[in-house]
Amino acid sequence: MKASITLTVDGRERSLTIDSRTTVLDALREHLDVTSVKKGCDHGQCGSCTVLLNGRRTLACLSLAVAHDGDEVVTADGLAPEGERHAMAQAFLDADAYQCGYCTPGQITSAVGMLGEVDNGHPSAAATDVAAPPRLDRAEIAERMSGNLCRCAAYANIVTAIENAHAAQDGALR
Amino acid sequence: MRPFTYTRADDADGAVASVTADREAMFLAGGTNLVDHLKLGIAAPSTLVDVTGLTSDRITDVDGDDGQEGGLRIGAAVRNSDLAAHPRVRAEYPALAEALLQGASGQLRNMATTGGNLLQRTRCAYFQDRTTPCTKRSLDEPCSALGGWARYHAILGAAEDDEGLQRCIATHPSDMAVAMSMLDARVQVLGPEGERTIPIGEFYRLPGDDPTRDTVLRHGELITAVDLPPAPIATNSTYYKVRDRASYAFALVSVAAALEVDRTPDGPVVADVRLALGGVAHMPWRAHRAEEALRGRPATEENFRAAAEAELESARPVESPAGGNAFKIPLVAGTVTAALRRLAQDPSATDGVSGESA
Ligand SMILES: Cc1cc2nc3c(=O)[nH]c(=O)nc-3n(C[C@H](O)[C@H](O)[C@H](O)COP(=O)(O)OP(=O)(O)OC[C@H]3O[C@@H](n4cnc5c(N)ncnc54)[C@H](O)[C@@H]3O)c2cc1C
Ligand code: FES
Ligand code: FES
Repeated sequence: MKASITLTVDGRERSLTIDSRTTVLDALREHLDVTSVKKGCDHGQCGSCTVLLNGRRTLACLSLAVAHDGDEVVTADGLAPEGERHAMAQAFLDADAYQCGYCTPGQITSAVGMLGEVDNGHPSAAATDVAAPPRLDRAEIAERMSGNLCRCAAYANIVTAIENAHAAQDGALR
Repeated sequence: MRPFTYTRADDADGAVASVTADREAMFLAGGTNLVDHLKLGIAAPSTLVDVTGLTSDRITDVDGDDGQEGGLRIGAAVRNSDLAAHPRVRAEYPALAEALLQGASGQLRNMATTGGNLLQRTRCAYFQDRTTPCTKRSLDEPCSALGGWARYHAILGAAEDDEGLQRCIATHPSDMAVAMSMLDARVQVLGPEGERTIPIGEFYRLPGDDPTRDTVLRHGELITAVDLPPAPIATNSTYYKVRDRASYAFALVSVAAALEVDRTPDGPVVADVRLALGGVAHMPWRAHRAEEALRGRPATEENFRAAAEAELESARPVESPAGGNAFKIPLVAGTVTAALRRLAQDPSATDGVSGESA
């Protein structure tokens, strides 16, 4: 079955006609040439396809594009619309938080979405008391970012980058 | 992947009617399990009926009787992350918040829904690999996990044929469902014949003579909401999950526990207790025998362990050269004991481990 849908991708409205089997990930990469989002496992296990869908971090590889007609998608590319580096990307650069860089767009997008969740008071499994407001320390960052796997294993620096970005923005990073 | 038609019905009745009319139609929610199965070729629906806009994505207070504190109604489309963040869930049902937060990843919890999470299918590697035989996919095939890699498989309630041989040892993977079993949740369903309420203890089924079916739901029945009854005992509850890595992994075993302790001059006594186990059976396993064994008894480590062992008397581990699962018996006993020990701690005592110091 073919379907005509519209997605707002990185601030631009894009219309396309796709087979109903197409995921958001394949719609972006194969149909709209948006390659800042990466395909790792294609089964929800690595996080490299992370996008912000209507503002929340989600996995593009397990989302059917037809189910997201009219939705807003932000990829790592769209985090820097004016061509200026996003604070999170800068923090990754400063902390040397990547090696081959394949997981990096997903890591950065996920980190931005994750800080939004913290701002909204969402708890994590690292909390000693789930009812208490979250406090973002290294253990919290590691737990909250555990859906993003890095094959190069630059984990320690990724946590540092996010910690620095969060501190620099005084907790209000967007 | 087989081509399918994607539709969005106007209302829940319409969605139920269209899936009921087509044996090969399925509901789609967050897609985190179903889209994966489309790719793996273990689901091949003719039509997907999207229900994310048809059931509520809200959590509402349910009025209690006679001004008593009521429970919560969770719409089927509520995302796992939103449920875990809800103030009343965190304060009154902490085991549920903890179970949700220990499941999957931040991204997946933002996608996964309450209805879809209850109905996610087993993560048994043989079930997910179409090139290996699996009784759960087809009754004509043998179970590859028996004699294969059985590390994540059941030790309780597995299917047996007439000769007492096990047929299917798949486990139910949901963490949320284990906590909800402990909380006596009630699943609200809309079907072709109208609404019905299914207590979660009757919602899942053991493999028995038909391992292909996970629940008592009939084709076309839509989960509309899940109700949590008021449960004062649950304010002192927790979820312990043991897994092969620290995060983002399914449970080898898990325990949802709630405990109410009477502090008597002779020491703490179990006034009431609730226990459910994950990773050990085809369904979340409510540990009624262990609960019975504990009520009215001193809240001691020995009694906690003895109660867990009573529950495990009927356990039947799988021996397998590729990796058996007998290790789960002491693991469950230890995890139950650890969870109850924590819950038994006197919150007014100064040397307790729970909570943060100011
Ligand atoms: C890598 C990975 C790791 C994971 N780790 C964990 C974990 O540690 N713990 C855990 O518990 N889960 C884990 N999950 C599973 C995840 O939580 C489930 O996939 C998710 O909860 C399913 O919800 P969904 O809304 O995406 O359902 P979908 O995939 O959309 O649907 C699942 C099933 O439910 C049916 N369905 C959906 N909604 C309804 C309804 N309202 N009424 C009737 N039928 C309905 C669908 O037809 C389908 O059969 C993991 C998943 C992945 C991919
Ligand atoms: S490509 Fe989506 S999680 Fe790996
Ligand atoms: S930097 Fe290479 S995968 Fe993460």
